Amino acid sequence: MFSDMLIKLWDNGIIQRGIWETVYMTVISSLIAYVIGLPIGVILNITDKDGIRPIFIVNRILSLIVNFFRSIPFIILMVAMLPVAKFIVGVSLGNQAMIVMLVIAAAPYVARMVESSLKEVDAGVIEAAQSMGTNNFQIVWKVLLPEAKPSLIVGAVISMVTILGYSAMAATIGGTGLGQIAISYGHQRFNPDVTWCCVFLTVIIVQIIQELGTWIAHKTDKRYAS
Amino acid sequence: MSQVILEISHLHKVFDTVTVIEDLSLTVHEGEVVVIIGPSGCGKSTLLRCINALETIQGGEIKLHGNTVSKNSKDLHEIRQKIGMVFQNYELFPHMTVLDNVMLAPVKAQGRKKSEVREEALALLKRVGLESKADSYPRQLSGGQKQRTAIVRALCMHPEILLFDEVTAALDPQMVREVLEVILDLANAGKTMLVVTHEMQFARAVADRIVFFDDGQIIEQAAPDEFFDHPKTDKAKQFLNTFTFERDRSTTNRA
Repeated sequence: MFSDMLIKLWDNGIIQRGIWETVYMTVISSLIAYVIGLPIGVILNITDKDGIRPIFIVNRILSLIVNFFRSIPFIILMVAMLPVAKFIVGVSLGNQAMIVMLVIAAAPYVARMVESSLKEVDAGVIEAAQSMGTNNFQIVWKVLLPEAKPSLIVGAVISMVTILGYSAMAATIGGTGLGQIAISYGHQRFNPDVTWCCVFLTVIIVQIIQELGTWIAHKTDKRYAS
Repeated sequence: MSQVILEISHLHKVFDTVTVIEDLSLTVHEGEVVVIIGPSGCGKSTLLRCINALETIQGGEIKLHGNTVSKNSKDLHEIRQKIGMVFQNYELFPHMTVLDNVMLAPVKAQGRKKSEVREEALALLKRVGLESKADSYPRQLSGGQKQRTAIVRALCMHPEILLFDEVTAALDPQMVREVLEVILDLANAGKTMLVVTHEMQFARAVADRIVFFDDGQIIEQAAPDEFFDHPKTDKAKQFLNTFTFERDRSTTNRA
């Protein structure tokens, strides 16, 4: 039923390692992408002309940078950013380099996701906080982010799934994980069942992220009956 | 006369090209309840928003206890803490419990002790009959309960003046009363208040002074009985007439 290759890959633990590498790359990249993207998203939101601290020039420059990185297709961005990866982690191959690529690609995406989540927060509620004399930092920390939490979590799920997709693409220039197994053992050595096995495993990982994220988002949403 | 709390002089407010408030001056003294009435869209709510610097103003000056209120004031945060505002649509924080809604600003903005604020918040909630709702979320409350929570939230800041912006306009009729009773209770307790409302009977009951507002200007101001029984200007007469209904039965066609 299964090809010898697939059985061998499984017995040697290569598929299992592929799963781990994919999950590891996705999670670490997502975390770092949020460490960078979340503040950028917050700044984009508050410096907007309808934000709590409109600063046109800051908003414009950040917006341009974000748009610049977002308009480059990932496969081109990866190649272009190889020197940057080498500069940051010392190598241009392997998981660490790939994480740098994924973060560069994902952080601007995350920033936009965060910005749009924060935009959903009712302006009246922010005005109420302002009218009580809270400062901008307190509004961001105590009102904007908590009120946007369910939407931020949904955005994080979408971002993670996107990063997972990118991580498979990273296999073409030396990344590891399920994408690499699918390409080098499945596609290049004509074992369609290896490819399909990787597809199936990826779908399961995505499904777990999705279900978990939706569950957490629902738990944190106090606006509707749960 | 008692101390002046709020002093507005020659206020101008323009939205794009439309003048909303024109050369308005108004003084509110300590312990005074001033009720602003007037047709919809005449700038009443805008006036309250200006007092809290939620709107920029194009001319004139607003002073609270002698301190200028403006978006550019350096101590704007401190001044705003002394102005309690209650909104038409409650504007409670949906992801916080009633108690957290009330405690947020006193603890974070005013830096008061959590335990002390908590005690006071619970006492205030009890005063408006919401002690059992402290751990509920806004969505679990009725409109009247939400608005009472919003009033407590403003009160817990120890404001020097309370601004009420059509606080019953979004409520079902049976819930209007429970909110208005809270405001009456506050009036009796000597709180300084500026109230915008469309509830004429309530205005008459709660006000020390009625300010009739139209086209961005104060048309008339007087003690409530005097204003409602003997309005001086045509505009005020016309406005008050919109609240009385008469049917001319002589012309009814019963064929």
